[in-house]
Amino acid sequence: MATSARRDACPAIKNLLLLDSEGRRVAVKYYTDEWPTNAAKLAFERSIFAKTLKTNARTEAEIVMFENNVVLYKFIQDLHLFVTGGDNENELALASVLQGFSEAVTLLLRGNVDQREALENLDMMFLCLDEIVDAGMILETDGSLIAGKVATHSIDDGAPLSEQYLVRPL
Amino acid sequence: MAQFVKKDDDRDEDEYSPFHGIEKGAVLQEARVFNDPQLDSRRCSQVITKLLYLLNQGETFTKVEATEVFFSVTKLFQSKDIGLRRMVYLIIKELSPSSDEVIIVTSSLMKDMNSKTDVYRANAIRVLCRITDGTLLTQIERYLKQAIVDKNPVVASAALVSGIHLLQTNPEIVKRWSNEVQEAMQSRAALVQFHALALLHQIRQNDRLAVSKLVTSLTRNSVRSPLAQCLLIRYTSQVIRESSANNQSGERPFYDFLEGCLRHKAEMVIFEAARAITELNGVTSRELTPAITVLQLFLSSSKPVLRFAAVRTLNKVAMTHPMAVTNCNIDMESLISDQNRSIATLAITTLLKTGNESGVDRLMKQITNFMSDIADEFKIVVVDAIRSLCLKFPLKYRTLMNFLSTILREEGGFEYKKSIVDSIVILIRDIPDAKESGLLHLCEFIEDCEFTYLSTQILHFLGVEGPKTSDPSKYIRYIYNRVILENATVRASAVSTLAKFGAMVDSLKPRIFVLLRRCLYDNDDEVRDRATLYLNTLGGDGSVVETNKDVKDFLFGSLDIPLVNLETSLKNYEPTDEPFDISSVSREVKSQPLAEKKTAGKKSTTLGAPPAGPTSTVDTYEKLLSSIPEFSTFGQLFKSSAPVELTEAETEYAVNVVKHIFDKHVVFQYNCTNTIPEQLLENVVVVVDASEAEEFAEVATKPLKALPYDTPAQTFVAFEKPEGVPAVGRFSNVLKFLVKEVDPSTGEAEEDGVEDEYQLEDLEIVAADYMLKVGVSNFRNAWESLGPDFERVDEYGLGPRESLSEAVNAVINLLGMQPCEGTEVVAANARSHSCLLSGVYMGNVKVLVRMSFGVDSSKEVAMKLAVRSEDESVSDAIHEVVAN
Repeated sequence: MATSARRDACPAIKNLLLLDSEGRRVAVKYYTDEWPTNAAKLAFERSIFAKTLKTNARTEAEIVMFENNVVLYKFIQDLHLFVTGGDNENELALASVLQGFSEAVTLLLRGNVDQREALENLDMMFLCLDEIVDAGMILETDGSLIAGKVATHSIDDGAPLSEQYLVRPL
Repeated sequence: MAQFVKKDDDRDEDEYSPFHGIEKGAVLQEARVFNDPQLDSRRCSQVITKLLYLLNQGETFTKVEATEVFFSVTKLFQSKDIGLRRMVYLIIKELSPSSDEVIIVTSSLMKDMNSKTDVYRANAIRVLCRITDGTLLTQIERYLKQAIVDKNPVVASAALVSGIHLLQTNPEIVKRWSNEVQEAMQSRAALVQFHALALLHQIRQNDRLAVSKLVTSLTRNSVRSPLAQCLLIRYTSQVIRESSANNQSGERPFYDFLEGCLRHKAEMVIFEAARAITELNGVTSRELTPAITVLQLFLSSSKPVLRFAAVRTLNKVAMTHPMAVTNCNIDMESLISDQNRSIATLAITTLLKTGNESGVDRLMKQITNFMSDIADEFKIVVVDAIRSLCLKFPLKYRTLMNFLSTILREEGGFEYKKSIVDSIVILIRDIPDAKESGLLHLCEFIEDCEFTYLSTQILHFLGVEGPKTSDPSKYIRYIYNRVILENATVRASAVSTLAKFGAMVDSLKPRIFVLLRRCLYDNDDEVRDRATLYLNTLGGDGSVVETNKDVKDFLFGSLDIPLVNLETSLKNYEPTDEPFDISSVSREVKSQPLAEKKTAGKKSTTLGAPPAGPTSTVDTYEKLLSSIPEFSTFGQLFKSSAPVELTEAETEYAVNVVKHIFDKHVVFQYNCTNTIPEQLLENVVVVVDASEAEEFAEVATKPLKALPYDTPAQTFVAFEKPEGVPAVGRFSNVLKFLVKEVDPSTGEAEEDGVEDEYQLEDLEIVAADYMLKVGVSNFRNAWESLGPDFERVDEYGLGPRESLSEAVNAVINLLGMQPCEGTEVVAANARSHSCLLSGVYMGNVKVLVRMSFGVDSSKEVAMKLAVRSEDESVSDAIHEVVAN
């Protein structure tokens, strides 16, 4: 009954990856010890990137089994987004995470979803990852809510005017 | 960093990156702006982003660097800029400060936890809970409880999720939050409900009643969040699983709830419910139908994820309930051309499981086109499925064997080729009609095979099966080609195969000898040695002689001794005038992990016993016993049992017994341990009362002179019994000894002692003690080679049993034989089961047993027992054991 014992737990996310069109990291976040070293992480990214490269994951999210994990992915322009979960995970729950991830990225980059824009706004990409999953636990799956939480670039009430600068509109 | 180097290479491509040429040293310098009296928030944010970028790319900071960055970052709490504060939170989490550093930021974070700004509260909670230890937790507990019921969902979620993480380390604190968490369950925000349910369940997970209550109350009210609903479905299945054990008859509780979820508006929930239903223990086809119907709809979805999820679940269902899935076959077939190859492979293997005999040909046509454009890993899955299909429909072997041989000739890696070869070998073994064509396919494959391992395996297999075919001569060309064309390993293997043909087929002998003689000039030692050995033992002097059985056994007989046992015996052997005697090596197979047994059963077709697990202790017993003069005349040790405990754990004296069985004698070896430091035992003997064991007569005892504290030692008692008779009986034992007090400080014993005795538990000699567990790798071959001459078949009623599995194990233990081919495992909910056993009975008589079990609704188990052995009386004896 080992599988069902695991199933009783919450859906868990093993990693979120945002790679560019050559498989290089833009922003990534791992939530398990399954890939203990940076080398192991890079190897995982390289192989999943190569494995999915030729597929068409632009209109709909795609899915693949990889090293006993389920990986969902979606490409937007030259950005490749991945969500990894255990092989027993509800694929559709993972899909909702990927959906939120890609919507939030699109909103935050105001439609100019490409590698350059993502790197220019890397702070937002990091915050975005931070708002989707907390230590493997799904935090939020609604893209606009995620983007909203990231983009609260306002100043808190007591701050002097000199510290305020223009808020980027969404 | 590979990443950085790569970036430099790309410079020509005019690629833009704001982090181009970034360097750790320079960024750490830049981080000094955090210390400026007049903070530039924007600049600070940028520097933090750069630091995060470096960390994210896999760069590491030394302890000193990290500490320095951490301290300067803490200064940034002065700024009121929200954006900067967010980055500060992030970098603190990434730096994961040590506990003495945490103190520096604690007060700042606690202040943020009580801030009016929601973003501060939510994030400060997450950061603080991530970096804190238990001591701080009691201080902030009050705020966390407040945050759980905060009206801002982001804050509530942050607190609940942090609670889930903290439960691992500080369960006693988090468990006090139940009331707040329950209140959060009522939240309107979907994700808050999800987090609250997850935490609530984890708090109560060890309390089955509480979980059951939780599920009961929630299944009535509708839960809003799809994710929370999925959790609820999981918890419900858990409750169903646990209650089904007590509640056999009647309606399955909560099934209606699961079925209702199939009509939920969120696909995630529908799927979770469908999957939960398919995984119910002993699910009926009526229960399955609605779940299968929704999964079938998913199969034609435009979303790959839905198709994948559905086909993967149906694939699992097909393993246990193939009929339930056949309705989906048409949708499945259209998935064979799915863009996503994972989906296509799952669809194919599902079809292979559910297909009927008439559809096989059409299906195979579709698969042939499909195989060329999938990766090896998928191909292996398909090959495995085809193998099972072929075993299911043996009449279709021609189509399937042709398919396997075609793909064998195509490109592919080692694992893929190996799985095909293994499949063909299994089909040849199990389907007699397929033998000749299969062997020819294998012959053609080795003509052009780049894998030495596969070539040698096939050559070995050819040597076993080839001579038994109608025209063995047609294989010789393929085998001899190997001697000419291949590397030394394959050549040596081919020489052995040739010799086997020569030994088995007399008409080929002269020609084989000609070929073998040519091998005498090979430039490899092993090849020459083998050729010489075979020529000499088979009588290669040109005369056609009948090769006698001893020679055949010597050259090609299976080595029915576990290699590990042989290895230990060889190591123990001291060079003397006496040659090493292989028959003195024990044949006892130590129990081994199931997986290993399975592979051995599948892969090796002639190797006698599967490789044994841990080193045999039998050799040590044998040495020990033969070193005692009283027992040295007893002859060859047949079997030593596993130790049987004769005392309860943690008593004054711990005694267990090992039963050594000889042809005419039985020796009990009592292993005694004295657990009292203040005592020394002397003249220790076990007095055995054999009044309930009539056929045994005591012949010798070997007392133990002294038994000091915590030093195990042995005493022996030997009995005589009628030769070759599997006498059984019960023996009662009393430990007698002289106790002497010991002064713990000096360790010296007093002069005088007191006689004392200690009652031990009884000990039995049972039928299983006369049986050695010896496995056979190919039960079918072994069964046929024993022949029906001494077969005895009878049927028995075993009465009501707890479960089929329990009944099977009881019989296995009663007989003390080795289960073969993994047949000791009974599938859950099986109504019938077949089990294969093998063993060696006293007097080195090989015994094989086939048992078929059936169970009816009132749990009455019936068994049909078929025994074959080399001796009629032994077959009868096995039946007597069961009959009693």
